[in-house]
Amino acid sequence: MIRSLSRAPWVLALLCWLIAGLARAQLTIEIVGGGATTIPIAIVPFASDAYPLSTTAVVSADLARSGLFKVVDAGGVVPRPSRAEEVRYGDWTSRGADAVVVGSMTPQPDGRIEVRFALLDTVKQGQLAAFTYVVPPTQLRATAHRIADAIYEKLTGDVGVFSTRIAYIAKQGPRYELLVAEADGFNPQSIVSSNEPLLSPVWSPDGTRIAYVSLENKKPVVYVQTLSSGGRQVVANFRGSNSAPAWSPDSSRLAVTLTKDGGSQLYLINADGSGVQRLTSSAGIDTEANFAADGRSILFTSDRGGSPQIYRLTVGSGAIERMTYDGSYNVSPRNLPDGRGFVFVRRDGGRFNIALQDFATRQVQVLTQGSLDESPSVAPNGKLIIYASETGGRGILAAVSSDGRVKQRLTAAASDVREPAWGPLLK
Amino acid sequence: MQYPVQKLLISALFASVLAACGTTPTTDSAAPVEDRNVGSGTSGAATSGSTTGNVAGTATGSQANRLRDPNSILSKRSVYFDFDSYAVKDDYKPLIDAHARYLQGDKGGRMTIQGNTDERGSREYNIALGQRRADAVKKMMMLLGATDSQIETVSFGKEKPRNAGHDEGAWTENRRDDFVYRGE
Repeated sequence: MIRSLSRAPWVLALLCWLIAGLARAQLTIEIVGGGATTIPIAIVPFASDAYPLSTTAVVSADLARSGLFKVVDAGGVVPRPSRAEEVRYGDWTSRGADAVVVGSMTPQPDGRIEVRFALLDTVKQGQLAAFTYVVPPTQLRATAHRIADAIYEKLTGDVGVFSTRIAYIAKQGPRYELLVAEADGFNPQSIVSSNEPLLSPVWSPDGTRIAYVSLENKKPVVYVQTLSSGGRQVVANFRGSNSAPAWSPDSSRLAVTLTKDGGSQLYLINADGSGVQRLTSSAGIDTEANFAADGRSILFTSDRGGSPQIYRLTVGSGAIERMTYDGSYNVSPRNLPDGRGFVFVRRDGGRFNIALQDFATRQVQVLTQGSLDESPSVAPNGKLIIYASETGGRGILAAVSSDGRVKQRLTAAASDVREPAWGPLLK
Repeated sequence: MQYPVQKLLISALFASVLAACGTTPTTDSAAPVEDRNVGSGTSGAATSGSTTGNVAGTATGSQANRLRDPNSILSKRSVYFDFDSYAVKDDYKPLIDAHARYLQGDKGGRMTIQGNTDERGSREYNIALGQRRADAVKKMMMLLGATDSQIETVSFGKEKPRNAGHDEGAWTENRRDDFVYRGE
C-alpha cells in the first residue's frame, strides 16, 4: 500500500528527466581496442532494478568501456543473489568470474531509492566493498557511476573516472555549442552556443567553471562561465587576440595567450580578469600553456627555436627548458596528473597524433594512429586521454589509455564534435 | 557498446536564448571620418589634403566610397600567404601600400587585420600563426604611413575558413589576412 502510493511521484520525476535527456544530441561510445589483461567480473542484476535505465546496465557498461574488465554473463543463477551472504562462490568461479557484484534497489516512502551493492572476490571468497546510497531517482545514473568507480578502484588500484564529466564543442551547421555530458556521453547539457566559433574549453580544477574562447566579438576573447548559474564573465578582451586559457591548480588564476604587447605571449590573469602579469618575453610565438598539478611549472608551445616545440617554464624562477627535440611540430602539451610526463600532439609526415613523453627518460610513445588527432585532455586519474579526431571528414572524439592499449570512439549524430575537456574528480 | 542516439531540441531553444545575450557587433558612426577633417592640420595629412578640393561634407562620402569602389585597389582586402609562412609576397605590396596611404590620409580611420590559417595543426597554435600573419602586414603598413593606433590585428586561426574544402586549393585560399575597416 505505502509502496504503490510512494512510487507514483518518482516514476513521474524519472520520466521527466529521461525525456529531457533524450532531447539532446548524445554521444555514442564504441570500444575499438581492449587492454592486454582484463578482469573477469559478473554483475548480477540488482533486485528490483526494473528502472528504464537499469543501474546494473550502467555499471556493466562503464566497466566494459574501460577496457580493463570482461563482463561475465550472470544469467541462469537461481536463486539470483542480491546480498553478499546469498552468493555461492562456486556459481561464479565455474563461470570464470574473479569478482561478482550483487545489489538491490528499494523504493523508500519519501520517494527516494535505497541502492545497496557488494563487491566480492570469488577467489579469496570475501567481500571487497559494500555501500548503501539513498538517492532520488534523478541520481540513479550518477549512483551507478559511483558504484562503477568503487569497483574500478578496488580491483585496479586506480581512481575511477566514471562519475566525472566531459565538456566538448559540437558544430551543427553554422551553430557552435559548448556541451557538458557525463563521462559516458550521456545527458549532454548546452552551456553556451553561438554562430561564431567556440574553442579551447577548460575546466576549473574545482569543477565549478569552464573557461573558453569565443570569436563572437569578431576576435578571440576568453570567457569564464559558472556552471551552476550559467553566468559568464569576460576574463581577457585586450587589444588583439586573447586565447588558450589554462587554470592554475587552485582555480584562482588563468594562464592565457595575449597579443596586446605584440606577438603571442603568455600572461597570468586572475579568474575575474584582474591583475594581468606577463609570464614570457620572446620574439616568437608562446602559447598553449598548461599548469603542472603542483602549480610550480607550466608547459607551453613556442617556436622560439625555429619550429613549434614544447617548453617548460618554472613559475618561481622564470627558467625555461626545451622539452621536445624529435620532429618539427610538437604542440598542445598537457601535464599528466602524477607529474610523470605529458601528452602532446606531434606531426609526423602529414599526420597529427597524440603522444606521451616521460619527463625523466624523455622517451616518447605515440598513442594514436589517426591522421588528424588533436586537442588532448587527460582524465583526472591519468589513465585515459580524450582527444579530437576525424573520420570521413567529420569531427569525432576518441579516447586512448595512457599505455595506448584501450581505445574508444565517441560520435554524435549529425554534428561535428571537437575540443574535448575532461572534468575533475567529484569532491 | 552502443547507446541510442537522439537528436537535440532543447539546445536549439538554448541557442535562441543565448543568441539574445550574445554579440552585437560594434557599429561605429561616421565620427572617425569627421576627425580627419578636424585633425587635418598635421603635416602628414597635407599631401592627401590637396586631393580633397571638394566640399568638406562630400569628402567624407568619397573617402568611404573609395573603399567600396570596385575599380579602386582599396576594394581589395585580402593578402595570401604560403604554407607555414608569414612573409608578405611582393605581389601584395601595392595593395598594402594603398591601404597604408588611405589610413595616413584619414587619421580617424581604423582597420582590423584578421589573420587566418589553413586547417592543419593545433587550433590554438593556428590562432598564434594567424596573428603573426596579421602582425606582419600591420608592420608593413606602419612603415608606409599608418599608425599603431589605427590598426588592430586579430586572428581567427583555422576557425573561419573561406573555403571549407580539405585540399591544397582550399588551404591556399584560407592562408590569408583580411582587412576590415571600422563601421563595415
